[in-house]
Amino acid sequence: MSTLEIRDLHVSVETKEGAKPILRGVDLTISAGQTHAIMGPNGSGKSTLAYSLAGHPKYQITGGTVLLDGEDVLAMTVDERARAGMFLAMQYPVEVPGVTVSNFLRTAKTALDGQAPALRHWVKDVKTAMEQLRMDPAFADRNVNEGFSGGEKKRHEILQMELLAPKIAILDETDSGLDVDALRIVSEGINRVRESGDVGVMLITHYTRILRYVQPDFVHVFVDGRIAEEGGPELAEQLEAEGYDRFLAKA
Amino acid sequence: MTTDTSMPAGTPAGTPAGLTTDHSRASADGAHSHGLRPSTVPESSRAERRTSFDPADFPVPTGREEEWRFSPLDRLNPLFDATNEKLAAGGVLVTVVNPPEVTVEIVGREDRRLGTVGRPGDRTAATAWSSFAEATVVTVPPQAVASAATSIRIEGVTSDASAAHLLIHARELSEAVVVLDHVGAATLAETVEIRVEDGAHLTVVSIQDWDTGSVHASAHRTVVGRDATLKHVVVTLGGDVVRITPDAEFSGEGGNIESLGLYFADANQHQEHRLFIDHNVPQCRSRVTYKGALQGESARTVWVGDVLIQAHAEGTDTYELNRNLVLTDGARADSVPNLEIETGEIEGAGHASATGRFDDEQLFYLMARGIHEVDARRLVVRGFFAELVQQIGVPEVEERLLAGIERELETSMKLIEAAS
Ligand SMILES: Nc1ncnc2c1ncn2[C@@H]1O[C@H](COP(=O)(O)OP(=O)(O)OP(=O)(O)O)[C@@H](O)[C@H]1O
Ligand SMILES: [Mg+2]
Repeated sequence: MSTLEIRDLHVSVETKEGAKPILRGVDLTISAGQTHAIMGPNGSGKSTLAYSLAGHPKYQITGGTVLLDGEDVLAMTVDERARAGMFLAMQYPVEVPGVTVSNFLRTAKTALDGQAPALRHWVKDVKTAMEQLRMDPAFADRNVNEGFSGGEKKRHEILQMELLAPKIAILDETDSGLDVDALRIVSEGINRVRESGDVGVMLITHYTRILRYVQPDFVHVFVDGRIAEEGGPELAEQLEAEGYDRFLAKA
Repeated sequence: MTTDTSMPAGTPAGTPAGLTTDHSRASADGAHSHGLRPSTVPESSRAERRTSFDPADFPVPTGREEEWRFSPLDRLNPLFDATNEKLAAGGVLVTVVNPPEVTVEIVGREDRRLGTVGRPGDRTAATAWSSFAEATVVTVPPQAVASAATSIRIEGVTSDASAAHLLIHARELSEAVVVLDHVGAATLAETVEIRVEDGAHLTVVSIQDWDTGSVHASAHRTVVGRDATLKHVVVTLGGDVVRITPDAEFSGEGGNIESLGLYFADANQHQEHRLFIDHNVPQCRSRVTYKGALQGESARTVWVGDVLIQAHAEGTDTYELNRNLVLTDGARADSVPNLEIETGEIEGAGHASATGRFDDEQLFYLMARGIHEVDARRLVVRGFFAELVQQIGVPEVEERLLAGIERELETSMKLIEAAS
């Protein structure tokens, strides 16, 4: 059972005018088996939190700690974090020309396990996961994210989550840009991984519609670089009805 | 920097004649300016450029000439033969392994088949022509289908300036693959004449994998006959200065040229590829794809792609593309596509040119899935070249290339480790 502990995390980005603080003291603990929804206005720093946890070089950690089962995540390189069990489904997945999806997935799996997966099982696992996500088998031979539609990119992110079986999955607006059917298919994918009980999920979203499929245990309101309020699923409904005004005034 | 220009099929007549574009000096930082040296001699049309077999018609380059403006003249100087004493002959050892269907001869310079394809277009092409003593002639007889690739190993055995000459003659309806492999240490001015007769299918691969210290200027001159196809592949990996100038023209309708290039420049290497495709005959097709990667201090590549569609060359179909991947600081790629169109009655004409830095977002994406940095870089660089390598279609060359890329990547990881 894994636990990710974020304590008083401060993060800045480099701008022409100097370092600009974005995260101002984030505290959050996510354990395996739990799903935490993060909701908050545009620009409040949700993606910054996600990328900072994954180790994107653009973000400078200026304070705080992040521990995964007691290990210092912030001291790890990007790939070490992934191998420690962190996974980030990106809001804007990157195109990698000339690298096929199947090659990419196999390389990632090999890196995570420290050895190549048994070919026959692996091929079957990929095929099954793609079928469940209603991805055309042709995607396996396409280059990573190249020419994928917005929704196809999101399915591809969840495909990776299913195949790579992380301990902590951070899903940054995986629901954005999905049509109603795709939202259900992608949610089912997330739920399949959740059912294992071995994963803790941070689900960043603007909408409660995904939360009807993927029920959160906790909802956090993210405003101006920190968590402004925490509650249960009912908080999401309240936010959708009332918006963020109440919190913005306070901040 | 990315530029993309294309003219769709059926571009109406009345397209301004002599339309040219110039995108010079695309460097890693995206800087983009027109013209490098202020005193560059302006040139109106590629068709007007001088050609001659006599070196005296080409003064020793000063750097102001359009065709020399990017080149390291000091390092190329031994090949200019400034004292007109001619370069030495026999600076390279030529070894040919050919299948039984293909004939190979060593002939004297008086052989009448030599010097019949195109004409030298610059000083080194003229000194190469005036200096060689013997030439290697590879002939694929009419209708012969070569059962294996013909391999021509050109090994440098001295660093004294020397000259070499080759003629590859694919007769009517023949099919063959010829691979030139340049290795060892040399200072070489070379001519490769390629004649593809009507209906023939010829693949010529020229690999430049010289030792450090080598300087190589090579003029490839090509003529492609009626319904003939030439696949012309240039691979430049090793050597201090390599400057290849492939010129191509057609001698019958239905000719097809597929020109592929791959280069990988390390610190202090200068790799220059200057192509000229002269659509001098109607209904011919050309496709040019060159891709290069650069790494290390003062790694330098130049790609110039001149395509001329002459006034009577209706039905021409041409597209050229150059992409450069800059892996480290201190490297610079210049990319200059140049399309001159003298008729509107064409099938299509276009070009694209882009020079980009290694994309750290791609690296992040791959590493965020647990892939080690070395492997992630390898995936991205291999991916950059993947499609091009597949298009070559000669398995032994593809393997050689992948191994070459692999070797370069090891250098690149050392550079990165040293920097961090
Ligand atoms: N290079 C930069 N220069 C200035 N500001 C930046 C830079 N990079 C990020 N920011 C700012 O950081 C803030 C947080 O951005 P972030 O992407 O984390 O927001 P978000 O909560 O994910 O928003 P959204 O809901 O729109 O996805 C934004 O105000 C953004 O403009
Ligand atoms: Mg965001």
